[in-house]
Amino acid sequence: MDQILINLLNGFSSGLLLFMLSSGLTLIFSMMGVLNFAHASFYMLGAYVAYSLSNWLGFTAALVLAPLIVGGLGALFERTALRRAHKFGHVPELLITFGLSYVVLEVVQLIWGRTPVPAVPPAWLQSSAFTVVQSAQHGLSIVAGVAPPEMCQSAGEAAASCSRFPMTRAFMMLVSLGMLLALWLLLTRTRIGLVIQAALTHPEMAEALGHNVPRVLMLVFGSGCALAALAGVIGGVTFVTEPAMAAVVGSIIFVVVVVGGMGSLAGAFVGSIVIGLLQTLPLTVDASLADLFNRFGASVHEGSRGWPLLRITLAQAAPILPYLLLVLILIFRPKGLMGTREE
Amino acid sequence: MSMAVQPDMAASPAAIRPAAPVLAAVPSGPPPVATVRRQPSPRSYHFKPWNVGRALIWSLFAVTLLVVPLLWTTSFAQTMLCQMGIGIIACLAYNILLGQGGMLSFGHAVYSGLGGFVAIHALNAVSAGSLHLPVSLVPIAGGLGGLFFAALLGYVTTKKSGTTFAMITLGLGELVWSMSLMLPEFFGGEGGVSGNRVVGEKVFGISFGPQIQLYYLIAVYCFVCTGLMFALTRTPLGRMLNAVRDNPERVEFIGYSTQRVRYLAFMISGFFAGIAGGLSALNTEIVNAEVVGAARSGSYLLFVFLGGATFFFGPIIGAVLMVVALVLLSELTQAWLLYLGLVFMFMVMFAPGGVAGLIMMNLRVAAHGKLGRLWTGYLALAGTAATVLLAAAVCIEMVYHLRLNEALGPQMNFLGVTLDAKGLDAWCGAALLLLTGAGLFEVSRRHFAQQWGEAQEEIEREMKRREAL
Amino acid sequence: MSSSVAVSSKGSSPYALELLGAHKRFGLTEIIRGAQLQVKPGERVAIIGPNGAGKSTLFNLISGRFGLSSGEIRLHGERIDGLKPYEINRRGLSRSFQVSNLFTRLSVFENLRCAVLWSMGQRYAFWRFLSNQHEANARAEEVMQMIKLDKRRDQLAMNLTYAEQRALEIGITIAGGSSVILLDEPTAGMSKSETKRFIQLIREVTEGKTLLTVEHDMGVVFGLADRIAVLVYGEVIAFDTPDAVRANPRVQEAYLGSVLADHQAAEAVAQPMGCAA
Repeated sequence: MDQILINLLNGFSSGLLLFMLSSGLTLIFSMMGVLNFAHASFYMLGAYVAYSLSNWLGFTAALVLAPLIVGGLGALFERTALRRAHKFGHVPELLITFGLSYVVLEVVQLIWGRTPVPAVPPAWLQSSAFTVVQSAQHGLSIVAGVAPPEMCQSAGEAAASCSRFPMTRAFMMLVSLGMLLALWLLLTRTRIGLVIQAALTHPEMAEALGHNVPRVLMLVFGSGCALAALAGVIGGVTFVTEPAMAAVVGSIIFVVVVVGGMGSLAGAFVGSIVIGLLQTLPLTVDASLADLFNRFGASVHEGSRGWPLLRITLAQAAPILPYLLLVLILIFRPKGLMGTREE
Repeated sequence: MSMAVQPDMAASPAAIRPAAPVLAAVPSGPPPVATVRRQPSPRSYHFKPWNVGRALIWSLFAVTLLVVPLLWTTSFAQTMLCQMGIGIIACLAYNILLGQGGMLSFGHAVYSGLGGFVAIHALNAVSAGSLHLPVSLVPIAGGLGGLFFAALLGYVTTKKSGTTFAMITLGLGELVWSMSLMLPEFFGGEGGVSGNRVVGEKVFGISFGPQIQLYYLIAVYCFVCTGLMFALTRTPLGRMLNAVRDNPERVEFIGYSTQRVRYLAFMISGFFAGIAGGLSALNTEIVNAEVVGAARSGSYLLFVFLGGATFFFGPIIGAVLMVVALVLLSELTQAWLLYLGLVFMFMVMFAPGGVAGLIMMNLRVAAHGKLGRLWTGYLALAGTAATVLLAAAVCIEMVYHLRLNEALGPQMNFLGVTLDAKGLDAWCGAALLLLTGAGLFEVSRRHFAQQWGEAQEEIEREMKRREAL
Repeated sequence: MSSSVAVSSKGSSPYALELLGAHKRFGLTEIIRGAQLQVKPGERVAIIGPNGAGKSTLFNLISGRFGLSSGEIRLHGERIDGLKPYEINRRGLSRSFQVSNLFTRLSVFENLRCAVLWSMGQRYAFWRFLSNQHEANARAEEVMQMIKLDKRRDQLAMNLTYAEQRALEIGITIAGGSSVILLDEPTAGMSKSETKRFIQLIREVTEGKTLLTVEHDMGVVFGLADRIAVLVYGEVIAFDTPDAVRANPRVQEAYLGSVLADHQAAEAVAQPMGCAA
């Protein structure tokens, strides 16, 4: 039971990390019609910049500065390159971000090397946030921090097990939810948010009303990249900081936005959580379809038809489950779970 | 024009028609050889002149394919030529989607890769004696494999268009790649599936053992497939595919289902991609999961775009560039991916028509006789651009050398010149060269743009004048 | 010339096109509120009405671009509401667009040929060459000459002038030989002389066909139409001959009054100067 709870929380926190990434992507897509192929590259850049800044100024400073720096780089890219591709249409814009992903990968490898870097979380993030204790005597309980070892030892008939939830993950969830709140407040309660919403659907009109729409677009692109970088800072210390991290997360966030519905922030949220859970929960299930059939009396074994497919356990299949979901959504609900923007 | 005189499309020099003919501007010369083909119906006859220009180009293509391995006879060159032939088929198949259909796919390697797997399994079946298929037809099996998977996955993929379509192809590419580790029976696990192409009986003494024999097989497939894909552009489906690219909504209002058109094109593209995959399987005699990977899909996109997606022959150029870059460039410098990315970005920003687009623009100018006065501008442009590129390359190479070859010390060799990567003079020299080159480039670019603009205006006026006649 | 229309035997109806109680809602806003219209074959109907009355929406509903919220639309007696645009087109209805909706990177000739292909039975053929399809080519040439763009045969659609694009727009609409033609503001943005020429063109190319056109230019409307339908707030408040509509007090009150006065005034000004414009 404690395992299940922890797994749920793990999935949830992964989903929230994905949300930090996909919200930036959705914002950029809604505002500019550009799907930023290099979004995961900014995620990676955030992690690496934070690593360097951490060594120099400490983690907290890195947490604040890295997104700003990377956001600035994103804005610079928009100003110089993306804007030029804009006049050729959406496909060239996508292509130029595609090219950027190659360039960023190479530059990162050039500066920081091709092997993973030791991005360790700061001391205050290194322990457990809380421990879930499952014991036969007291049932399920949650203990802050690390549970004392007595609680976790099984004593004779009284079985007990503990599962820890890392602080980094808890921090990830906190930052992500805080970011969600801030984003919502910004878009609905502030003037700049109103302008952004207006320029979302009617850029020419917003410009005619005197708003500097190109500047707003640059701001939005930069902000989207900053959000990705923020996710990178936390993701870098929670997971591994290496050149492959962009590729690992890159295709998943596109699945998230398509499943959630292109151009919908709420959809991005729902999609992220669903995909996050879908990636994490099955990892614990070591059963396959063959096992399931055998439970019901069939005898599926090595020589049976379809054995190669049937013997795949859910844990082994975990990497492809998001993509299977993508295919299913496309067949049964092509607009995505909460899609609004059709092309 | 009340008689049904049908001047063949490519014979008109006035307009450049993208994505349809191989070469639109045929320089004026002796009138085409004309034959009257009598149609069965007695009411009208259709006058169809032979298109000498086009016949010439295809003959040239065939001759080039035949002669090229005799010019470069090293086995390295022949391997490259084989890969180019395969690449041409794969890139042309990709351009059915991108250039002709306006569908941006990030997962083309899925179909060429799966075709390769089907082909290698077929080859192994031939070796085992359970399948009686000549080795030369094994790529067709690959093609059918590609067609099958395109039919299976394409239905879902073509339900959407534009950016969503691109994302779906990306997702499906990852899906197939991830599955490759889960189904070792088909994908062969980590080591892939290997085969032997020297099986079966020798026909006319051809066993496909030597690379040159395989090259000619590839050349035949390349010529035939290129011809078929070109023919597609001149069929109703091909033309409607172009219409779908230009205005998918309007297509529905003239009686066609946009999705059906896209789906059919997707399947045809998958078929030819599968053939390329099958040929590749014969070439390397081993197929592993990498062939369906994102890197390969990405390189198809990159190089078709670089070659030029808006003209039929663009992907051919792209395929040649692809093999050169992946095989040669990667040997020459460690920074090749960076160069590739940068070149790609610059192309998107400044020349989205690719190399083919640049060629055609200049051919148009040449056809109107205006190329002569641009050559000085071009020279200046080329010279300054080369300086900038050289300086940038020096800087990049020095950085790479310092970073990745630290054990070798700061001395490095760049194009025959020894440079001290840590020395200030190398860096200052490069920086100086870069800045002056960039400045001069900007000046010559502006001058050239002005001249180019003038030439374009004159051409427009000339065309209007000709129309009024 | 072969007409491609398969006149449906499913419903024998004296009307070419019928709207029966058509309603269309977008969210909470009802745009079309029970529109009723019955057009006879070969009739020329002009749809007029103030801006926002729902004229373009009506065309979108008939041609299948939007779905009906309730009610029926019948083409030659057969229900077409709920069908996809290409299914409706195959049954003999074509429409043009207010903003030219062309195949931008194809030439004039190619644009027209594409419009002809389905009606010539070409389907999704990839085993036939276009250059051998003499019927289709001849028809495209014919239409090209009708719309007087034969001199611009090989120009890309995006390089044409505005009036040429409008002409091509009409050409694409009628090329397939549909028996019911919908033209959405065909003369939008044209000068007086261009409009006059264009109306003559429209008259020629829609000879013998059922025509529905949305128009704002009253001169066009009164000159071209057999009957006029007046659409106000999503309802057809009058559907009668031009004179009857002109005299209809409801119409005058809702819409026509000021517009007609402007038109009559314009005519009065044009007369003494002998401007045939």
